[in-house]
Amino acid sequence: MNRIVTRPKITIGFIPLLDCAPIVVALEQGFAAREGIDLILVRETSWANIRDRLIVGHFDAAHLLGPMAVATTLGVGHLQVPIVAPFALGLGGNAITVSTSLWEQMARRGATPGANPRVQGQALARVVAERASAGSPPLTFGMVYPFSCHNYELRYWLAAVGVDPDRDVRLVVIPPPYLADSMRAGQLDGFCVGEPWNSVAVQAGVGTIVTPTTAIWPLSPEKVLGCRASWADANGARLDALIRSLHHASVWCQDTANHAELAHLLAAPRYVDAPAELLLNAISNRLPLHKGAAPVALENFYVPASHHAAFPWVSHALWFYAQMVRWRQVEPQQTHLSSVAGTYRPDLYRRALRPLGITSPAEDVKPERFFDEAAFDPSRPCPDS
Amino acid sequence: MGEPSLRILLVDQNAARAAILEEGLREAGHNDITVVREMHGLLRRIVDLDPDVIFIDLENPNRDVLEQMFQVSRSVRRPIAMFVDQADTETIRAAIESGVGAYVVDGLQKARVKTILDTAVSHFNAFNRLRDELERANQQLEERKIIERAKGLLMKERGLSEEDAYGLLRTAAMNENRRVADVARSIVSLVRLLK
Repeated sequence: MNRIVTRPKITIGFIPLLDCAPIVVALEQGFAAREGIDLILVRETSWANIRDRLIVGHFDAAHLLGPMAVATTLGVGHLQVPIVAPFALGLGGNAITVSTSLWEQMARRGATPGANPRVQGQALARVVAERASAGSPPLTFGMVYPFSCHNYELRYWLAAVGVDPDRDVRLVVIPPPYLADSMRAGQLDGFCVGEPWNSVAVQAGVGTIVTPTTAIWPLSPEKVLGCRASWADANGARLDALIRSLHHASVWCQDTANHAELAHLLAAPRYVDAPAELLLNAISNRLPLHKGAAPVALENFYVPASHHAAFPWVSHALWFYAQMVRWRQVEPQQTHLSSVAGTYRPDLYRRALRPLGITSPAEDVKPERFFDEAAFDPSRPCPDS
Repeated sequence: MGEPSLRILLVDQNAARAAILEEGLREAGHNDITVVREMHGLLRRIVDLDPDVIFIDLENPNRDVLEQMFQVSRSVRRPIAMFVDQADTETIRAAIESGVGAYVVDGLQKARVKTILDTAVSHFNAFNRLRDELERANQQLEERKIIERAKGLLMKERGLSEEDAYGLLRTAAMNENRRVADVARSIVSLVRLLK
């Protein structure tokens, strides 16, 4: 008798960015198959599509912006569907890039290549102030989505150096593949995005990297694996297998011995579709800051597994919520806090990895520290509201 | 009737699909339709047009740009993603499957919006069918060409009649459990390598 063994299938949507790596590696290096699941990966063109296709069940899980998981659970501006994030797809990976002409103006006011975010930000603040007094139009900065770490990191940095992100500059959303072209066309003065899109602008000679956002918020979070809470409830064993395969994939990504292969894998047209050498720079924590420059070492820029990078800290979700309140994307309500905290699910992470003997952090929250010496206290996420 | 007509904005990079939907909406009695293919300056257009309903194709990465405009702009009547009501998941699923994203301003009568969305979904589906048929037709045409070339090569190299050449192709395909067009493709590329 013929017995066809079929493994349970899990369909995952992703956006072509460096941090989709653990999902791709879980499939390509066989970690998912070893956990007894088949992954079907679907490349998407917008975060709105990722959210909608996750909500209606086209996707079982998705490569998701951490803040988008929280916003969807709260139903901010869209259908309210509880989402859970039981696994983080690494830390860091973002940078802020400005056009070569803005960089020249900043350099004349104290910015230097590779300087800390305060020095760079103060130079930018001077440019912004001088433009305002000269009656020039405000600078335009791009980011990828309103509910994204890129939006909040950019805003945090601007506000910390005295630039009001809503009044003193214009913030616009531009899809990552269009950023370098928009900058060349003079429509953008700067942007905050994940790799390889900063390096693409540098390589094209249109942008200079001002700072990695890991210098603004060390060990800062980024994307998560998100799924509908109802799917997670109904498919516990399948989700555990997925988390374990992503864990193995993240550890594989962290290993320097695999970096060249990882860059090559991600470069394929069906995944990130970007030059392997650009991806390899980011993966090995070394980026040229402007065209022709030697790569500069960036501390903890690409962190897929170490420092408990895959642990879904509830303090990250609370910080995102605090930013939604701070920038008036949402009216704060006391009931929100438990929904926000319930989106990030360290309990599911621990449950899946316990059989592997992995020691997970015992706490669900930790204080978060920023470049301006400010600390975020997760027990009081919105002290002013 | 008597209801004021709805202003509809259609953002689609595909001119043929936009034309099909525009015609469908006009047939359904909607005459106030604007089609936009360029994202540059879109916020200005939206402010000027003040649309009640916005459609955008889901292949368009600029969907994220549109959502941010609704977030930040105080000059736009705030459109919301279609149907924030839980009961409408089926409608949303049908829209997403057909490849259209929809936004409406708050407060529109739901039945009216539903009719208009159904029109959009059915025309997007019709377009998808047309596109599939066209792809199939192109593929068939390509296969017919490659079989002709393989036949020609066999006739020349082995001195066969057209009928015998085709018979040989078909037998080879049956023996190897492949399609005639695939066998023909192998022959053509092999001969190219040998020359």
